[in-house]
Amino acid sequence: MKALRKYLDKIKPNFQEGGKFSKLKSTFGAFESFFFVPDKVTTKGAHIRDNMDMKRNMTAVIIALLPALFFGMWNTGSFHYQSLGENPGFWSEFFYGLGQVFPIIVVSYVSGLFLEFLFAQIRKEEVNEGFLVTGLLIPMIVPVDVPLWMVAVATMFAVLIGKEVFGGTGMNIVNPALLARAFLFFAYPSKMSGDKVWIAGMGDPETKIVDGFSGATPLADLANTGSTHYSIADQFFGFIPGAIGETSTLCILIGAVILIWTGVASWKIMISGVAGLLLTGLLINAVGSSYDISSLKDASEIARVNYLNTPFWQHLILGGFAFGIVFMATDPVTAAQTETGKWIYGFLIGAMVLLVRVINPAFPEGVMLAILFGNICAPLIDHIIIRQNIKRRLKRAKTN
Amino acid sequence: MSKVIKLKKGLDINLKGKAELALTEASGIAEAEISIKPSDFPCMKPALKVKEGDKVKAGSVLFTDKYRPEICFCSPVSGTVAEIRRAERRRITDIVVKGDGASEYEKFDTVNVNSKDAAKELLLKSGVWPYLRQRPFNIIADPQSEFKAVYVSTFDSAPLAPDYQFILKDQVAEFQAGVDILGKIAPVYLGLDAKVKDNIFAGVKCKEINSFDGPHPAGNAGVQISHIIPVNKGENVIVVNPQDVAIIGRLVKNGIYDAKKTVVIAGSKVNKPQYIKTIANISVAPLISGNIDADNARIISGNVLTGTKIDEKGFLGFYDNAITVIPEGNYYDFFGWALPGFKKFSVSRTFFSWLTPKKQYDLDTNMHGEERAYVVTGTYEKLLPMDILPLQLIKAILAENIELMEDLGIYEVAEEDFALCEFADTSKTEIQAIIRKGLDLMVAESR
Repeated sequence: MKALRKYLDKIKPNFQEGGKFSKLKSTFGAFESFFFVPDKVTTKGAHIRDNMDMKRNMTAVIIALLPALFFGMWNTGSFHYQSLGENPGFWSEFFYGLGQVFPIIVVSYVSGLFLEFLFAQIRKEEVNEGFLVTGLLIPMIVPVDVPLWMVAVATMFAVLIGKEVFGGTGMNIVNPALLARAFLFFAYPSKMSGDKVWIAGMGDPETKIVDGFSGATPLADLANTGSTHYSIADQFFGFIPGAIGETSTLCILIGAVILIWTGVASWKIMISGVAGLLLTGLLINAVGSSYDISSLKDASEIARVNYLNTPFWQHLILGGFAFGIVFMATDPVTAAQTETGKWIYGFLIGAMVLLVRVINPAFPEGVMLAILFGNICAPLIDHIIIRQNIKRRLKRAKTN
Repeated sequence: MSKVIKLKKGLDINLKGKAELALTEASGIAEAEISIKPSDFPCMKPALKVKEGDKVKAGSVLFTDKYRPEICFCSPVSGTVAEIRRAERRRITDIVVKGDGASEYEKFDTVNVNSKDAAKELLLKSGVWPYLRQRPFNIIADPQSEFKAVYVSTFDSAPLAPDYQFILKDQVAEFQAGVDILGKIAPVYLGLDAKVKDNIFAGVKCKEINSFDGPHPAGNAGVQISHIIPVNKGENVIVVNPQDVAIIGRLVKNGIYDAKKTVVIAGSKVNKPQYIKTIANISVAPLISGNIDADNARIISGNVLTGTKIDEKGFLGFYDNAITVIPEGNYYDFFGWALPGFKKFSVSRTFFSWLTPKKQYDLDTNMHGEERAYVVTGTYEKLLPMDILPLQLIKAILAENIELMEDLGIYEVAEEDFALCEFADTSKTEIQAIIRKGLDLMVAESR
């Protein structure tokens, strides 16, 4: 490491102003500070500083994502072989999944980081670490069969339109990873929804799928027929089809514990999100139970009522809710930034998830739209909280 | 009326190098150099009243404030004006007086100081008025203003801060005398440390005494004021440090500006951390020479969170009661952000140092990262026990939005209240400097 330090010190002047590679100053800085926390010292104010920095913060999120990511890789392989009617064992399944997922991760990082480095250099700033998380979130919320070029286009769209046009890291209104997903969802719906996209290789007409195998997610089953053949345990542990990282509620819970324990993500958003979903779920169950199923004749109507009657808590482990509320809704830039606002923001998202899922027949899954909606409402929520703080102060001044 | 107010927000940073409660007398303070640094007083512009070579007594005026000429800054020792140091554009950085050892004092008439105006006049001409700082703006109190209170927090909760129970245990009578004269200007409120039993300040006669229980910044006057008598727009509160109250008390009792004070020398680079009896504004060299490991050390006048960086030939700041010496952090840390970090102190639990919460830390001046955009939220809120939205106020200042700054409570805050936020800031910004900028903007707006 001393040799590396010496080498970096030797080549550093080339990347400073006036050096021959000064156009790569931000790039060099990013790599240098990747290897070494800089020797910069405080000058005034607080002479001592916390060891925590943005890199550490983002690293904690990435570590929290890893259980769900690794599970997602295995699950991808597992369902691929299930669709072929084969059972080659754990490691073969995992490595097949790794082979499917890893290219998506690489494409997402390369296309996004390229823009990040470019914009950092144009703005003459350091490269912000935010994309380290975004770049991993994007692969985890897309179907495994998504074409790589779409990932690249969506990522670049999200970084450019979602982030850089607003002024870069810390200034964006909506979560860039979700924006990438929304872009794919509305631009290429056939690759983002349906029964075939969730299983690697299933979209390819050459593949011989075993009889009776369906790649539909349990959420889609419930929305269409009112029931699913996956057990509650399957849904909780994640042995279900779905986007790469979203299926295992257990692995996401491990991530949630890491995020909350380290203090990196807001537990208030997670708790109020769950509360919002559960309360809205109870309301919907109450509506569902008011129907008399025996009086209904149309099969699709019976399915709708059955869907309304899906136990409210089951929505916690269905679809992308757990992943969304733990990893996406808690993005501090796009969430409400006041502590009281976080309660409202989380609750709003939880409630919206169920409204979109159950009440709106156009979308089987509502997490993405609910969080984007929450993102857009967050500044308004903060505004109300800030106004209250100001009003309290004015009132105090008057009573004195 | 006395309340115990429990504060939950904040953080105690357990640093190595805590001083033992034993007092040493500094030798030769009467011959030492002292300097009054205009930079200790925000929004003040010095108008010199002496030139190099002039003889002065303790209590002689060295300079006044150009904006408010009734405020005098006086020499704490008798001697000769040795040097007036200037920086670029002839800005004065130091007014150095070399003590002559004679200890001659200007005499001030302290009998018949019964009215508010008489009290103000005495404090102004004797050079102790600058010890009175006001909220809003955290500048020297404006003599023309009306004040709703004088507030004294009798304890300092910052890391390695001096213990006033120890320093002032024999000076309660002087403290009371100081409180009495300040009481003529506005009712005096005291804030006590609830953790101290048999508090020496418990018997002080004043308007109101309240106790505060909680981690740093519970000892900050601004934090305490916000819970007792919050500063609204148009109101002013005077804040005085307890040791400075004793100096004012001695002025009243003896008729002289007697600026002796006890400072704590602490920090992991100090060989024998201790309390030293000395005088205000003194050159720190005689206090620390031989007692510190000067190799790659950061010498701070004040505490590690709010103090000023000085060198070995520097001077004790006007409001400072501590000299802290810690290691510089000018090293590269290989994968410092990625390793588990069992020995790295952090508010967050992303470093495994949370396994050892009672450990004493030897923290250095490394930034531990580079400046970034504001991304993380919720950190500042855990460290600021006031009804203030810290991130929103900081952003309002950065946007120079005067109206919003006012709405969000800029009148209630001082730089020191945000010191912990700056310490824990993931984005590595200089929050105290930002707050000062905001306060300066407000002062400029009001002048």
